[in-house]
Amino acid sequence: MSIMSYNGGAIVAMKGKNCVAIASDRRFGVQALTLTHDFQKVFEINDKIYIGLGGLATDVQTLSETFRYRVNMYNLKEEREIQPKTFAHLVSSTLYEKRFGPYYCEPVIAGLEKDGSPFICSTDLIGCTTFPNDFVVTGTAEQQLYGMCESLWEPNLEPEDLFEIISQALLNAVDRDAVSGWGAIVHVITEDKVITRTLRGRMD
Amino acid sequence: MALVNLNDVLSFTGNEEDSAFDDAKSSCMNFETSLNFKLPTFSIQNLSDVSDIATAPVDFLKQQMSNENNSRIAIKKGTTTLAFVFQGGVIIAVDSRATGGAYIADGGVKKVIEINPYLLGTMAGGAADCMYWERELGRRCRLYEFREKERITVSAASKLLCNIVYGYKGMGLSMGTMVTGWDKTGPGLYYVDSDGQRLKSDLFSVGSGSTYAYGVLDSLYDYNMSVEDAIELGTRAIYHAGHRDAYSGNTVNVYHMKKTGWEFIYNKDINELHYKYAAEAKPSTLS
Repeated sequence: MSIMSYNGGAIVAMKGKNCVAIASDRRFGVQALTLTHDFQKVFEINDKIYIGLGGLATDVQTLSETFRYRVNMYNLKEEREIQPKTFAHLVSSTLYEKRFGPYYCEPVIAGLEKDGSPFICSTDLIGCTTFPNDFVVTGTAEQQLYGMCESLWEPNLEPEDLFEIISQALLNAVDRDAVSGWGAIVHVITEDKVITRTLRGRMD
Repeated sequence: MALVNLNDVLSFTGNEEDSAFDDAKSSCMNFETSLNFKLPTFSIQNLSDVSDIATAPVDFLKQQMSNENNSRIAIKKGTTTLAFVFQGGVIIAVDSRATGGAYIADGGVKKVIEINPYLLGTMAGGAADCMYWERELGRRCRLYEFREKERITVSAASKLLCNIVYGYKGMGLSMGTMVTGWDKTGPGLYYVDSDGQRLKSDLFSVGSGSTYAYGVLDSLYDYNMSVEDAIELGTRAIYHAGHRDAYSGNTVNVYHMKKTGWEFIYNKDINELHYKYAAEAKPSTLS
């Protein structure tokens, strides 16, 4: 029994053309037992940055509050909104603070930079960042998500196409994972708005 | 190094004084050192350490099949199967998911094994064990028919299976099965598992989702219910197990055992059932 798969879950973020999408499943369970189908794993940092936290559910909630606090402090001190790249470094150093007793959480970050270009990032549980230019995945359905993303994703997707592809990638990945699924939520971040939709998924 | 610690923790001695501590330790072993999660560990048991060479293959297989060692050939642990006797015969309902760890290997497994036109077996535990030994049971039942010039009773058939698996006790067979049928005494339902346990009852559920199924069955079961309601009850119990248990799901298969032998009723998608039941006000079998 690994702590990283104690609660289960799947999160994915993808780049598009002047837009970015992040999606997660909604299951909260303890090993085989499914408890709720409306668990929040993706959190709004501001209207240009979202973070998805995969892994141990208790740490998902602790970290989401920690990030909220630290971003609020940043905004007050700097009197400006945090940029995606800066936020990624904030996440990384927050995780590395607990290097020898880590949070069992692997975040993915999706956002739009000042010039409107898409930004995605993922880190491991002690804060090692990666910045790919296609997609990032985390959670117990990681392998399935890689398979789906590798086959569905293409460069320069428009917001509606990106929504369709991230949704299909997530829904089909979690159908091959016993501890993920029970519905999904997708956020597509564009220059002028964020499109949030909940998806009906398999409920078993 | 990490695995050495792990093995120490896992070799639980059952010492009364330390049992609570050891218990806590073994269930929280991952908290001992945080690196245990991330660093890959790999070991093959040194067979020269095994004192009794006769049990060496069993020990080796046990190690390979244990979940503690990130199971390599431990598969299909999760399942929900049920069967119950009622006024109209026996209803058998099962899910169709096969998992290897958290990975869903197959969503269309046939967990009801058609032994012969009057006997059905259900599958929980090791798929290969159930499949092979229930096929073998079918062969032995056929031989019995030739010898005795009459159909075997469910009681005798289940005991045949029970005696076979008892002969392999301790060698790693894994099966929790229900043998159902219709014989000269009427409908029959037995539970047989790889420990050699054999029970007779009117209602059984087996597998990781069995507790959820029992919850539904115990509240809605009635011996005098109609065939239609009984089929609905079996379906509903499997649906609830599939919904709550991560290792059960995908589809429901329902069989009805009658005087004329078994009949396959239907295969239904559990996800479609979810949205159907969600739209309904309350269970149709609850008056």
